[in-house]
Amino acid sequence: MKLREIAQSISAEVLYGEEFLDSIEIQCAYGADLMSDVLAFALPGTLLLTGLTNIQIVRTAQMLDLPAVVFVRGKRPQEQAIQLASQIGMPLLLCPMSMFEACGVLFQKGLQACTIPARGV
Amino acid sequence: MTQAPYIEEYTIQAGDFTAIGEAATRFKSTLKMLGISSEAVRRAAVVAYEGEMNALIHGGGGTVKMTIHGDHLVIEVTDNGPGIPDISLAMQEGYSTAPDEIRELGFGAGMGLPNIDRNSDSMTIDTEIGKGTTLRAVIRFSPREAAARAV
Repeated sequence: MKLREIAQSISAEVLYGEEFLDSIEIQCAYGADLMSDVLAFALPGTLLLTGLTNIQIVRTAQMLDLPAVVFVRGKRPQEQAIQLASQIGMPLLLCPMSMFEACGVLFQKGLQACTIPARGV
Repeated sequence: MTQAPYIEEYTIQAGDFTAIGEAATRFKSTLKMLGISSEAVRRAAVVAYEGEMNALIHGGGGTVKMTIHGDHLVIEVTDNGPGIPDISLAMQEGYSTAPDEIRELGFGAGMGLPNIDRNSDSMTIDTEIGKGTTLRAVIRFSPREAAARAV
């Protein structure tokens, strides 16, 4: 699914990266407020949905080659995060929905979940 | 003929949360420039980034160094922090001694060391109580993402 269609589906405002929306194709998404888990489980190409707003959200996405970040619950990323995203060309979307609703809508539209490997006990 | 290894090293400043990831970003761009596979580049970036974060959270800052050899690279993260009393406990997913203020930012959930281990081909930790910790992770230049994910 194109990032533009994703943005429209979840009523998201494009904070940065309007020019990239038609060229980014996304197949799976990961919703989390715990970057420790994102770093462990998100696959490259995954769309990140989060309610955290600090600069390290964008850095985490950058390390993992994630193409874009959606900020849910009407959260707005901090200025440093926006600056970094614009330096590296990473689109940022602002979504008014809760995490559950945004993920639910995108799942219904056909976005897949990242596979979580079996955990050792 | 063996080429001399290429070395890049940066300081991790105590208390500078904003700058975490700058070294990993530089490593990433160096590796991309060298034509290393995107899978190995991403693993190196995650290892360096988690290492930077650990040194900030637990070590009061330190250094992060990447050495690139012909068929592998080594990332070394050194801090002068309190050391790790029980490495096997620190290696357990979810075990963490990170303070609340770091957790509120989305980090310090006890996933870092296991994730570094998963993303490297081998990892060693040298630690001394009261002196500090050096983590050394080796990444070979061949695809093994499936194996890393399967752990």
